[in-house]
Formats: sequence, C-alpha cells, structure tokens
Amino acid sequence: MHRLNDDYEALRKTVEEFARDVVAPVIGDYYERCEFPYGIVRRMGAMGLFGLPIPEEQGGMGGDYFALCLVLEELARVDSSVAITVEAAVSLGAMPLFRFGTAEQRERWLPKLAAGELLGAFGLTEPGGGSDAAGGMRTTARLEDGQWVINGTKAFITNAGTDITGFVGVAAITGTREDGKPEISTILVPAGTPGFTVSKKYSKVGWSASDTRELSFDDCRVPEENLLGTRGRGYAQFLQTLDEGRVAIAALSVGLAQGCVDESLRYVREREAFGHPIGHYQAIQFKIADMEIRTHTARLAYYHAAEKMLAGEPFKREAAIAKLVASNAAMDNAREATQIFGGYGFMNEYPVGRFYRDAKILEIGEGTSEVQRMLIARELGLSSL
Amino acid sequence: MNIVVCVKQVPDTATERKLRSDDKTLDRDAADGVINELCEYAVEEALLLKEAHGGEVTVLTMGPSKATDTIRKALAMGADKAVHLVDDALHGSDALSTSYAMAQTLKTIGFDVVILGSESTDARTGLLAAMLAERLGVPQLTQANKVDIDGTAIAIQRLTDYGHDKVEASLPAVVSVVEKINEPRYPSFKGIMAAKKKPVQTLGIAEAGIDASQVGLAGAWSEVVDFAAAPPRAAGTIVTDQGDGGTGAAEFLASKKFI
Ligand SMILES: Cc1cc2nc3c(=O)[nH]c(=O)nc-3n(C[C@H](O)[C@H](O)[C@H](O)COP(=O)(O)OP(=O)(O)OC[C@H]3O[C@@H](n4cnc5c(N)ncnc54)[C@H](O)[C@@H]3O)c2cc1C
Repeated sequence: MHRLNDDYEALRKTVEEFARDVVAPVIGDYYERCEFPYGIVRRMGAMGLFGLPIPEEQGGMGGDYFALCLVLEELARVDSSVAITVEAAVSLGAMPLFRFGTAEQRERWLPKLAAGELLGAFGLTEPGGGSDAAGGMRTTARLEDGQWVINGTKAFITNAGTDITGFVGVAAITGTREDGKPEISTILVPAGTPGFTVSKKYSKVGWSASDTRELSFDDCRVPEENLLGTRGRGYAQFLQTLDEGRVAIAALSVGLAQGCVDESLRYVREREAFGHPIGHYQAIQFKIADMEIRTHTARLAYYHAAEKMLAGEPFKREAAIAKLVASNAAMDNAREATQIFGGYGFMNEYPVGRFYRDAKILEIGEGTSEVQRMLIARELGLSSL
Repeated sequence: MNIVVCVKQVPDTATERKLRSDDKTLDRDAADGVINELCEYAVEEALLLKEAHGGEVTVLTMGPSKATDTIRKALAMGADKAVHLVDDALHGSDALSTSYAMAQTLKTIGFDVVILGSESTDARTGLLAAMLAERLGVPQLTQANKVDIDGTAIAIQRLTDYGHDKVEASLPAVVSVVEKINEPRYPSFKGIMAAKKKPVQTLGIAEAGIDASQVGLAGAWSEVVDFAAAPPRAAGTIVTDQGDGGTGAAEFLASKKFI
C-alpha cells in the first residue's frame, strides 16, 4: 500500500485540486471570522467525501477507511478546520452508526450522512474527563416509559452545533454492571430534541472554522430505540471508534506537516536576506530536510496502521504510534515553518500562521500523546507490571 | 438524447509551455497534460442535460495517446463512454483541419447535441464550435451561459456587454459554453472507480472517415513561420502626484496612444 494504486491516486489528486482551488482561496476568511464553511462542506458532500468508507448500498462511495485518510491528508495540507469537520463527521459520526447501529438507524441516517447533508457527532468527553472518559463520566440515561431520559454535560464536541448537525451519539451511564463498574451505552440524540442544549461556540486557539460545542442534557428524552447497538456496549464501541480515529488523525496531521513543507519550499525561494534567497543557507535547508523526514516517516506510519486495519489485523499499537509520530511531526513542522517565515509567520493571513495554531490540538484530541504512550506500553505488556 | 461533449487535453497552465523547435508545434511531452478548463464546464453541462432529459453522454477527444488521462477524468465526472481519435497523421493539425477531423468523427458516431468549451487554453483560437457547425451543417449556439432544451428546440443565452442575446435553434446543434454557465463537479470516488470500466473506443483516421491529406501539418491551412520568447516585462512608469498628477497620467496614456 506504500505505493498508491490508480484509484487512490486519482482520488488524492482530485482532492488536492479541490483543496487548492476551492478551499485555499477562501478558508482564511472563514477562519478569521470563526465561521463554519457551509459552502465548502456542501461541495465536499457532493464529491462523496463524507461517504468514503460506507458501502454504496447504504448511500456511500464503497471505498474504505484508507481512502478517507488520503482525503484528510490532502485537505489538511491546506486547512485543518475543513479536514477535522470531515474526520469527525465520518469517523466519529457515521462510522459508529454504520458499525453498531440497527437497520432502522442506518436507514434513517446513513444516506444523509454519507452525502454530507447531515453531520453526526460523538459526545464522549465531559468537563471532568477526556483521557479517563469512562472514569470521569457523569452523564446518565435512565429508561422511563420507553424513553431514555438523559442528564449531564459533554465538553468539546465537534460538529455538534452546526445548522446541519443531525444527531449526537451520547455516551452515558445506563446502569451498574455485575462487577460493580458503570454500564456505559451510546444513545443517539437528534439535534433539536427538547432538553438538549448546545452552548455557543468555544473561542479556540485553532481549528477556528470548525464547530466545537459544550452540550447539556436536562431531562432530555429520546425513544428507547435510539440506543446505538447493544446496551452496555458503549465503552467497547468508543474504544473501537477511537482506534480507527487515531489513524485518521494521523493522516490529518501528516497533511498539516506536508503543508508546512509545501509553504516553506515556496517561501525560501522568494524571500531574500543578506544577498541570497534564504533557502541558500544551510540552516534553512536543514530545517526543511528535517520537516520532510518527519512528514515522510509519519506518512509511512499511518499507511502501515491503515493497512493492518483494512486487513482486519490488530492495529491498536500501530494506530497509537502513527497518531503520536504524526502529531509530533505536525507540531514540529508548524513551529519550524513559522520560524522560516519570520514575522510573516506570526500573521494570521499566512497559512503557516494557521498551521501553527492548528497543530497543537493534534497532540491532544482523540487521545493525548501521553495516552498514546500508555496504549503502546500496554500493548507491550507493561501495564500489568 | 445523444450528447457528445468534446474534451481536449492541454498543457498545464501552471507549468512552462514550449513550442518544439523542429516543427514549431506545441511540445506536448514537455508539460503535464490536464483537461482544458472550459471543457470541464462543457462536461458539467452535458451531465446536467442528461440528468434533466435522459440519454447518454459521450466524450470525444482528439489527441495523443496520453490524452486518455483526460478522458478518464471526464468519465469519472459521470460521462458514459468515450471516443478517442488518435493517429500520428493528426499531429500538427490547425483549427481548420481539426474541425474537419472532429466533424468526420461526429458524423461517424452520431449526435443530437455537441457541447464544447468556447476555447482551449493552449491555442485559444475559439474557432472550433463555429467550424464544426459549418462542417456538420447544423446550427451553432456559441458562448452560452445558459442552455435550455425542450424536445428538439434548443435555446441558449449569451452574455454580452449590453445585456444578453437569446439564440434559438433546433437539434441537432453545436453549443459552446463559457465558464459562467455552471460549477463543474469534482469526480467522486465512486465515479473514479466506475470510470475504469466505461468503454473508450479508439479510432484512427481511416475508421473515422478522415482523409489523411487534409489533416496534420501537411493539411494545415495556417503555418507557424517563426516564434520567439515574449520579451521580459519592462519596468512601469510611476506618475507622482504633485498637484499635476492628472495631467501626468493623461500624458502617459496619450504617449501610449490610449487616449
Ligand atoms: C477542538 C476539540 C475538539 C474535540 N472534539 C471532541 C469530540 O468530537 N468528541 C469528544 O468526545 N471529545 C472531543 N474532544 C475532547 C478531547 O478528546 C479531549 O480533550 C482529550 O481526550 C483530552 O481530555 P481532557 O481534555 O479531559 O484532558 P485530561 O484527560 O484532563 O488530561 C490532562 C493532561 O493529563 C494527562 N494525563 C491524563 N491521564 C494521564 C495519565 N494516566 N498519565 C499521564 N498523563 C495523563 C493528559 O495526557 C493531559 O496532558 C475535543 C477536544 C478539542 C480541544
């Protein structure tokens, strides 16, 4: 898989052109205004980018998760807000529904999600805990007269408050297991359900053109059949969702890292200092060489994780490694690219300024770097010591 | 409805484009080939017409064998099949001989409506639609920014400096489009995968009923006699306003014979 076949390459190239011609010219303004880019989302929907890993029978493109990763990389080369909107909608919104949902749930939601007409969101993190999502969970759902009654708060939920948000999959405690631990289930809460309040957008350091919200549930009632899959499987569902999501975030990170290389290569030919283009100086050349090395190795890491995932082999370790390596690469490259741009790098109007602001979250979202190391150590059998 | 959309591969405008020193034709190997931008609008319009009226969209491309990439792109956008006119004898054809070769091919494959971009980014003659219509003996509706078809009646709107023209005709007809007409779709992954299975028929000049003496360099009516690189841009003139800026600007324009 390290050499893309014709289909993947044609898809990659199409999205590269789309990002360059449609996203790049306008995204800076959306970012500045912290505005969700509905027009771009509509066009990505028409291209089928929200339906890549979903079979054609369910309204998708009949591709696979790797195709999604390639798309995320190409989008993030230009802009991460747009990329994370697709990532969260597909990997956190549509995929859990596709994997665990009932036939009726899929029929109701999947075609619209795959077309990008509606966005799904996944509400796991709470104000009191993200890394220890299960331990920190306070949101509850109790069954009453054939309805789930949900109470609690969710923090930092992507795509939860757009005009086209269809539902949020809410992880909640639905009881106590035999071993005394909380029983966790996922319940689909359609946008606009009474008792479900979406707060105003957070003011964020980066990803400013993406939608991130705090959500509160106050005796919010949904029908019993809105349970996603099986009761008590919520924990297992989000572990699986997050393993895949890490590969996607790795791809997105590689895109940002590559964007830093692209921008720097262009700039060091144009910008002159002390009588030469700055790319003449070895100090600059080595920075870019290092950026290229990080991007390349991170790409290999996510290709490898995706290959194992698609082959149906265990890929937890590879996914964690890819996410860690790639988010580090993005962060390091953003810092160096900004340095190369000098004062202009600190200006929001340059893409590298945006890259700098967008990189940090990659070391936090869908599992912090510390959590990735915990997972890798556990995979190496160290957690039982 | 049998819709034929003409699609041309051109050198990427983002790369350096050159003429060959030997026969003064475009060096098609030197640059990456891409779909001519206006052809994407033509393909989109063909697909919209098919979606509204039913029928089939056939891509017609005259060009070297590497033009298959461009054909695949049009198929990935949603066209049903393609005809690729490819023959060494066509190399060096000018607008007139190209229109002859394309018209012969169109007669061979049949059509209700032929759609093409109003010009290509390489030669930029903008002549092909008119020449094709003449050779095929059908109406030409050029520079359309809107196309309506109702049964066998076709009407287009053409933006002009003073408003817009409305041109009506009956099918079969040739239509050329400008970029205001629509927003070309990007191929979906499904489209990309489906494109590989769509039929592409390759025709040589004999199969398309083309007389070899009327095409190629030998058959061309126009000839590139000589060419030279564009001179580098000279520095501009700055008129500083010290109360007489208006006069200064007017004098400059007069010296260039603009006023
Ligand atoms: C823009 C944005 C979008 C997001 N989108 C979503 C979404 O759509 N859905 C969703 O559910 N969540 C989402 N999140 C939440 C995100 O996944 C969490 O922020 C992340 O998992 C970290 O959780 P936390 O913020 O509670 O940090 P904490 O878990 O409180 O961690 C704080 C620090 O402690 C470290 N730490 C924790 N435990 C250990 C340990 N055992 N050993 C060593 N170090 C440790 C962490 O690594 C971190 O450095 C989003 C967050 C942001 C900022």
